[in-house]
Order: sequence, then structure tokens, then C-alpha cells
Amino acid sequence: MVEWTDQERAIINGIFSNLDYDDIGPKALCRCLIVYPWTQRYFGAFGSLHNAEAIKNNQRIADHGITVLHGMDRALKNMDNIKATYAELSVLHSEKLHVDPDNFKLLSDCLTIVVAAKMGAAFTADVQAAFQKFLTVVVSALGRQYH
Amino acid sequence: MSLTDKDKATVKALWSKISKSADAIGADALFRMLTVYPQSKIYFSHWPDLSAGSSSVKAHGKKVMGGIGLAVSKIDDLTKGLLDLSEQHAFQLRVDPANFKLLSHCILVVIGTMFPQDFPPEVHVCVDKFLANVALALSERYR
Repeated sequence: MVEWTDQERAIINGIFSNLDYDDIGPKALCRCLIVYPWTQRYFGAFGSLHNAEAIKNNQRIADHGITVLHGMDRALKNMDNIKATYAELSVLHSEKLHVDPDNFKLLSDCLTIVVAAKMGAAFTADVQAAFQKFLTVVVSALGRQYH
Repeated sequence: MSLTDKDKATVKALWSKISKSADAIGADALFRMLTVYPQSKIYFSHWPDLSAGSSSVKAHGKKVMGGIGLAVSKIDDLTKGLLDLSEQHAFQLRVDPANFKLLSHCILVVIGTMFPQDFPPEVHVCVDKFLANVALALSERYR
């Protein structure tokens, strides 16, 4: 089980309670699709992704970015058992969506940079450490049920 | 994933905007790496002070960014341009190359916090590729 300090819990909850999901979600997913273009393989049915402009203007991608970010709410509400909380989502990503679990880390790195850009100097080293620890646990839980 | 002409132009353009803040970027990125990836501290056990703003962190951050600046100037042949640095990392420092990724990520985070307007995804991808190629060039002499 993951141990969280009070400070880490406060930092992580603070970030998410101040987050504009409708802004950050699309930005994070778009950034991932542009910086790591092979991740576009999962979005063949989403319409035009043929350049950065198309990706940024794609409403289905934007909507999906919001969905993914809200998916983290479950972990926030169950920080002491993220592994069990994501068991079903992990199975979904493995069996139905067939997402390479290495790609979860790519998205989480992009999310980190988008949140960092939004928070500026307030995204201190300690804040980054807590946020990345949370994302690492989420990523690990999402990959847990692959076989 | 080698650098296209567009990648090189983008990196050079960004560097011209951020290079005057290179020392600050280096110190911040290094301190972040030590905080976010505590295992990286093993390479600095000889420093008396690893806290933010310590003279060791500042001086070393400046040195690292000097290396990045060198890499920008040698962007057309990073392997050749960084050969001496690679020798140093391979035979003296013996830094596990996995750590290059950690510091690269922290450099990207710092650029994101300090220059959000200059760091859209189209620029991010070029810088990410550049840092990956720098890491590769630094690893050249390892074995």
C-alpha cells in the first residue's frame, strides 16, 4: 500500500480542486498526441489528427482529454487503495482498448508539464514530487491487470 | 528519432529566448531532479548542501546548462560535439544513463513553468527529441 504524508495529500488535493478540467484535460491529451505521435494509434476513429492544428481543433480529442482527467477523480477519492480502485479500468485498457501501458507514463509526463505551465512558480519541486508520485501510482494501477 | 532541420531550427529559436536564464533553469531543474527522483542524490553524496539555492546546486546547474548550450551549438553533430563530455560521464562520473531522462524531464518542466507561452506542444516535441539525442551522445563512450 502506498504511504502518503499529510503534506502530499494536501498538495495533490489542492492541485485537483483548483484545476480547470475543461482546459487542462484537452491540453494534456493533445500534447501527448503531438509530442509522442505513435500514441495517435488509439484514436483512429476520432477524425483528423494529421497535424498539430487538427489535433488541437479536434473536439472528440478535447472531450476525451476531459474524460481521462476526470478518471483521476476516482484515485483522489480513494488514495489509500488506488490499485483496487482502478482494477476494472485496467482490465478495460488491456482487454478492450489494447493500450500499451508504457503510454500511460507518456500522458502523465505531458499532464505534469501542462499543470506546471499553468501553475508557474507555484509548481515547486515539492509540489512536482507529490504530483508525480500520485501519477506514478495511478499509472501503475492502470497497468496492474495486464496479462 | 533523429533531428530534422525543423527540430534544429525550433531548438535554436527557443534557446535564443531562454539562454539568458540558463543558470536559473539549470539550478531549478537539478534541484527538482534531486527532489522528485531522490535516487539521483547518490551522485552528489560529496556535497555538503543539497537544498534549494545551495551554492553547489547553483554551480552545478550552471555547468549542466553550459553543456546544453554547447549541444545547441553542435546540434548538427552531437556525437562528435559532445565526445569529451561523453568520455567524462562514461569513465569518471559513471552516471547511469537512465538518469539523463530524469534530468531532461525536469528541464522540460522548468521551461514549462518559466516560459509557458514559448512552449506549445510543437516546440516541446522538438526539445524532447533534442534532449534525447543529447543523452544518446553523452552515452556514446559508455561501452
